[in-house]
Order: sequence, then structure tokens, then C-alpha cells
Amino acid sequence: MFDKTLAELAIGLKTGQFSSVELTQAYLARIKAEDDKYNSFITVTDELALEQAAKADAAIAAGNAGTFTGLPIAHKDIFCTQGVRTSCASKMLDNFVSPYNATIVDKFNQAGAVTLGKTNMDEFAMGSSNESSFYGPCSNPWNTDYVPGGSSGGSAAAVSAQLTPAATGSDTGGSIRQPAALCGITGLKPTYGRVSRYGMIAFASSLDQGGPMTKTAEDAAIMLNVMAGFDQRDSTSADRDVPDYTAELNKPLEGLRIGLPKEFFSGDINADIAAQTQAAIKEFETLGATVKEVSLPNTALSIPAYYIIAPAEASSNLSRFDGVRYGYRCENPTDLEDLYKRSRGEGFGPEVKRRILVGAYALSEGFYDAYYNKAQQIRRLIRDDFSKVLSEVDVIMGPTTPHPAFKIGEKSSDPVAMYMEDIFTLSLNLAGLPGMSIPCGTIDGLPTGLQIIGDYFAEQKLLNVAHQFQLATDWHKQSPQGI
Amino acid sequence: MSLDRTDVDKIAHLARLQIEEQDAPEYAQNLSNILDLVNQMQAVDTTDVLPMAHPLDAAQRLRSDNVTEDNQRELLQSVAPAVENGLFLVPKVIE
Repeated sequence: MFDKTLAELAIGLKTGQFSSVELTQAYLARIKAEDDKYNSFITVTDELALEQAAKADAAIAAGNAGTFTGLPIAHKDIFCTQGVRTSCASKMLDNFVSPYNATIVDKFNQAGAVTLGKTNMDEFAMGSSNESSFYGPCSNPWNTDYVPGGSSGGSAAAVSAQLTPAATGSDTGGSIRQPAALCGITGLKPTYGRVSRYGMIAFASSLDQGGPMTKTAEDAAIMLNVMAGFDQRDSTSADRDVPDYTAELNKPLEGLRIGLPKEFFSGDINADIAAQTQAAIKEFETLGATVKEVSLPNTALSIPAYYIIAPAEASSNLSRFDGVRYGYRCENPTDLEDLYKRSRGEGFGPEVKRRILVGAYALSEGFYDAYYNKAQQIRRLIRDDFSKVLSEVDVIMGPTTPHPAFKIGEKSSDPVAMYMEDIFTLSLNLAGLPGMSIPCGTIDGLPTGLQIIGDYFAEQKLLNVAHQFQLATDWHKQSPQGI
Repeated sequence: MSLDRTDVDKIAHLARLQIEEQDAPEYAQNLSNILDLVNQMQAVDTTDVLPMAHPLDAAQRLRSDNVTEDNQRELLQSVAPAVENGLFLVPKVIE
């Protein structure tokens, strides 16, 4: 049962093979038995899940069930969940029981979903390895000595270890796609503004975007159908119609034009990853696609531009954590400044502090033009590169990451080395474009991902392309040994 | 580009962030490395390139100035560290 996709489970529920309560109990028991190995959940919401499952069963019995009714999922602990601790994996919010729901949590509740719990992540989503979590690192189910990627590492590990059929994630610089690649699952970062940011604890507001993390592209489409849509409460929400993301999954790929950016296959990249990406592209050619080399000349600049824009926005967003209105407060503050400084100094971990400091420096008097403004100019150059290429091809493909998963602890003392791993994912957030990662191979027992990039609001196309690949191959069906 | 202890202290104060004495040298080193990385940008000629704040160059949405939210003060203050009579408590700021 645990290897079933959302689409398969939905049929099981509707045909009475099992009830949502049975399904939920089975997953809760599995989390209890297995998650010690991975630490993929921060909070398991047993009571809430069983209550939602009973409601779903009643809806199914009454004939009021929708596609998602009774399906269990987990939420990244960045999404505010009413009555449930929402920690963002930080000591700062360890005591924060959210008084309201994120819009996407509301949407899943309304769709009849069952919330199994809240997944581990890098603190405030700042990291590519899940090692900066206040609740300890999360392990990669393919090899527990290795990181699952980050920041949505817990969501990726939980789906990969079959502790949940699917999970939500958020992606500011690759935080859905990179852990999806490293854990051998499917992850989709939608177009900026497609999924509401309301109640998704802010990291870098002009880059943040929530999305699905699943076993298959079909499941990602089913989840995006629930998540996507305009939200009055998100000031940058896209006011556009939401198509049925499952509607075009079965379109043949005959005539699909694929662009391969030469910059994604040069420099410091694992040779096996490059070869596996090329093999995946060969598969697309047999499915009727044509391939041409393209160029995204400013790819390398996405790292410096991102590591100014993201910390600058983070330092501004995280100023709300002041020890006054919610979250951690230091003991016995001597005065207001001491209250601010010690609450923040004690409540935030080292990577979050580093980014706040970088951001505060970049935004400080005399440096704004040299850093933030310059980065925003480069951001436009990167966006324009993509626009030019996407006027000639339908999708862009390349590896999701330059290397497979690394060992826990291997890069944690060198932030810059860690940042370099984000080279292929950052540019999409800067440009606001949608991107997916789907499994396309393994290296020494660790999975690798193929990244598929599309034009603005081309999620339907991405899902179609990924689904057709998954019909023709079985990389997405591989699971870690013993699972 | 290299930052020293004094720089770190100054930035930490701007961010109202306490940095432990023993951690300061490491932050200075980390920050210097990060600034070296981001300084790659300075080699690029961006004359006449408009800074891009929003990926789709969207403008701020406006709405009419009506009350649309209910008063939920008690609920929202339920997560505050210290509250009295609907007010957030902080150390005395005026003698």
C-alpha cells in the first residue's frame, strides 16, 4: 500500500478497498515505526489526521467526495497550521502554535486532505542540506549517512521513505527541486505567484514559492490542482485562471522542442550526472522531441545575485522576530534593546544569523547600489536570457544539481561550498519561472534528478513532459533499499 | 573583501542581533568569503539595465479602503510571550 501514488490511493478510497481512517492509521503507524531513522517529521498530528480521515470517510459514504478527499499528505513546517506547532525548524518558533492556517493548508483541508504532520527542513528554509534544523538533521533514505538536500529535506525524505504519499514544499532557490533530486522523487516549483504565499513563513518574498513533492508527475498535477490560484491575501499572487493540471498529461510529445543550455553541462559537474541527463534527453528524442543547444550566459551570476537578494529580503522579513509579539523571548532582558538582541541571538541558528548579517550589510547605508541594486540588475539579465531561449524552445532541460547527495557534515562548515550546489536551480527563482525535478538515474545508490524548465505559467506543459517520461521509464519507481 | 570584528559588531547592531564573543571571528571569516563570492557581480557591466524587483514586473495591487478582517486580538495575542490587558509587555522604555 505504501508504494501507491495519490492517484492510486484515490481509486482505492473511492472503490472502498480501504477507508481513509485505515489508510491514515497505517501511515501514522509507519511514521512511528520508521522515522527514527530519518527524522523527517518535526511534528506528527495523529489526532488531527484521524479526525480529518473520519470526516473524509463520511464524505465518501455520502457521495460528496472530491479527488483529494481522504488522501494523506504532510506539510513542510513552514506552512502555518492552526492549532499545530509551526516551527520553521527554528528555536525561535519552537513554542509557536499557529493561530491561523496558510492559504494552501486551508485549501487542502477544504479538499478533504488528511494532514499526517509537519516535516523537517532547514531553519527558516535557509540551506541545501536540512542540517540547519533546530530539531537535528534529516537523513537521506537512500543512505542515512547522506543529506536529503534542503531546504524541504524532510518532505523529500518522507515521500522517498514512503512515510507519506506526498508532501508540500517551498522553493526559494531550489528547496523543492534539489531535495526531490537527491531523494529520487518528483518536485515542482510553480511560477512565482501561482501558489499563495499567505501563511508560508517568509524567507525571501520575491523568490518564495510553494509547490508539491510527490512520487509522480501525475500526483504533482493532482496536488497543484488544489494548491494553485489567486489569493487576495498574497500581494504578489497571480490573478489568472487555474487550468486542470491533469488535463494535458497524456498529450504526446511529438514535436516538443527541448533546449539544452551549454552552461548546465560545463564546469564543476559530476560526469555521471551529465551522462544520465543526456540519456534522459535521448529518451525524449525517442518520444518525438527535438533537441538543440542553447545558451544562458549569465548562469554563473545567479549565485552572487541570489546570495545578495535572498539574504537582503530575509534580513528584512526576519526583523519581525523581536521577542515581543510571538516566538522566543530571552530570559530577564535588561532593556528593550537587550530583549531584541538576545531573543534574536539565542533564537536563530548560525546560518540564519549569517544571512541576516549579509542582508543587513548589503542594505546598509552606502552599500545598497553596489549590492542590492546591482543584484536586481543582474536578475533582469538572467530573466532576459531565459526569455530569449524560451522564445525558441518549449522547455529547457539539464541536471537539477551538479552532484548527488553529500555526506552529513561534509559541507556544513563551508557556507560558500554549500551555496555552489544551487547553481542550476537559483536562476529560476530569480526569473520567477516554473521548474520540475524528476528522477533520472542513480550514482552509487544515490538518486539524481533531471530539471525541466518552462515558460511562465507553463506548469501544464512541464507536467505533461514529466508524465510522458515517467510512462516510458521507471526511474521514479525505484525506492531506497529495504523500502 | 575582508570584514573585521568591528564591522561584524556594527552590522549585528544594525540587525539587533547578539553575536557571542567567541563566534565573532568565524562570522567575520564567513561574511568575508560570502562577500568575495558576491563581488563577482561587480565585473558585469549593468549600465542602463533596469533593476528587476518582480519577476513579472507586476505593479502593486490596490483595494478599496474597507475593513475586511475581524478583530482577533485575543487569538493573535495567545502566542505572545507576555501580554496584559490586550497590550504586549516589554521592559520599561521610559523612566
